Amino acid sequence: MIQVEGLTKYYGERAAIRDLSFTIDKGEVIGFLGLNGAGKSTTLKVLGCVLLPTSGRVLIDGYDVTRDPHEIRKRIGFLPDTPPLYDEMTVAGYLEFVAQLRGVGSGELAARVDEAMRKTSLTDRRDDVIGSLSHGYRQRVGVAQALVHNPALLILDEPTSGLDPVQIVEMRELIRQLKGEHTILVSSHILGEISQICDRYLVIQQGEIIARGTEGDLSNLLGNAGAVDVEIVGAPQKAIEALKAVAGVTDVTVSKLEGDVAQLRVVGAGELRPALVKALVAADVNVLKVDKAATRLENIFLKLTHGKEAA
Amino acid sequence: MKNIGLIARRELQAYLRTMSGYIIIAVMLFIDGLLFNAFAVPGTAKKSSEVLADFFTLTSGITMVGAVFLSMRLIAEERQNGTVSLLYSSPIHDVEIVLGKFVAAFLFMCLFFGATTYMPLLIAVYGKVSLGHIFAGYFGLMLVGASGLAIGTFGSALTRSQVVAAVLSGVMVLALTTAWLLGKVTDRPLTDIVTGLAWWGHFDAFRVGLVHLKHVTYFGLVTFLALFAATRVLEARRWR
Repeated sequence: MIQVEGLTKYYGERAAIRDLSFTIDKGEVIGFLGLNGAGKSTTLKVLGCVLLPTSGRVLIDGYDVTRDPHEIRKRIGFLPDTPPLYDEMTVAGYLEFVAQLRGVGSGELAARVDEAMRKTSLTDRRDDVIGSLSHGYRQRVGVAQALVHNPALLILDEPTSGLDPVQIVEMRELIRQLKGEHTILVSSHILGEISQICDRYLVIQQGEIIARGTEGDLSNLLGNAGAVDVEIVGAPQKAIEALKAVAGVTDVTVSKLEGDVAQLRVVGAGELRPALVKALVAADVNVLKVDKAATRLENIFLKLTHGKEAA
Repeated sequence: MKNIGLIARRELQAYLRTMSGYIIIAVMLFIDGLLFNAFAVPGTAKKSSEVLADFFTLTSGITMVGAVFLSMRLIAEERQNGTVSLLYSSPIHDVEIVLGKFVAAFLFMCLFFGATTYMPLLIAVYGKVSLGHIFAGYFGLMLVGASGLAIGTFGSALTRSQVVAAVLSGVMVLALTTAWLLGKVTDRPLTDIVTGLAWWGHFDAFRVGLVHLKHVTYFGLVTFLALFAATRVLEARRWR
């Protein structure tokens, strides 16, 4: 679906992205992770045929962004970091305009607009003027305009930015529903917002890809594979002995001590959690939590980006 | 062609649904009426055709200045609001964006022309003027309006601030207006060229009811060049 080779984009003297290469298969949901200014938006704008690359090759569905941008534009729906809305138009009027702009014929126009509004739960707002909508609704109209012509590829630049927690959950649910029908690229700088909806992630830092893969891959990259965090109440000594006795455990360390509560890091191979719980209960230890270590995206991301800065 | 119509229709809706365009036209009409009353009408031994010619002179100046203000938002506003990404990511050509916007602004400006017709009508009621004179004059006004709007579109493509866009286009219009001053200090054949650049010299024939091809060509050329430049600016922005 998408092939990117050596993509570079300069703004004047400054390189926004340097020598990016990646491929994305049809139907995948890809998360672009990076801090503000890392180059996510620039990459997505090049893929969305808004900006032309300084050098490198970008093929989407076999078409080159510099040679056949029109063929690509027919196949993509693009939501920029600020939704491109005309405040004086109504929701339905705006979506009709966008659909016609992207080449939807008059025969299926009404059906396409209705479907886009249904998918984004905008049907009861169809005659509202966009300027009067709240931020959450504006963001939904932004997504609706990206999918109104039923594109093969959806590019969503920070669709969750500025939304409240309920709206973020709704947006994630929406993206999850769109999965399968479209190939989706979604970016964010807040990782929790897009964790669990993406098949793979690309982590961008200062214009370069510093890590890629599934959440699990990224976790393995940091050497945390198989590690488990255990939180207990009481003296840790008894627990450590019990845990070390479990088959497969290679090391147990105290990672944090706060008053009565101790946090232990258990390193080993395979799924250890059931055995660990049994051992702790048998040793009469009060357990608060047993969880896989550092699989949370925030931790991965912070470590990766800080590691890069230190290097 | 279909895309030009699409862009033009949306743009015209934006003009009709927001206040700024109406306000600009209202101010233009107010000043036009005031000047008409103050300069065109007075004078005892004036022929009707002279009054009409003066009306066209005044209105042409207001058209040129008004065009700059009417067109300042065309592309600058899209860039300011981020909606330009929508146009850039859609399968349309940059020239279609520019032409669509220009056509919408021109149609909206025709509202102004329509609203000024009460002045020639008043002259016709109280005196004797030929219909041909009126048509020629309005044709000239439309050409002035088209070139002014085209220059404004170009200025609007250069920046994301509408104020800066108006200033840039205003300077370009001012340069075209005062080009003849340069003719005073230059030698021939340069004198002929810079004098020929001044737009009001080309409007002179229209105001008295004459349509010359060379003057039509002048306004057509200014419009074409300005719109061409605006298109190239839009294209260049993608490389930025």
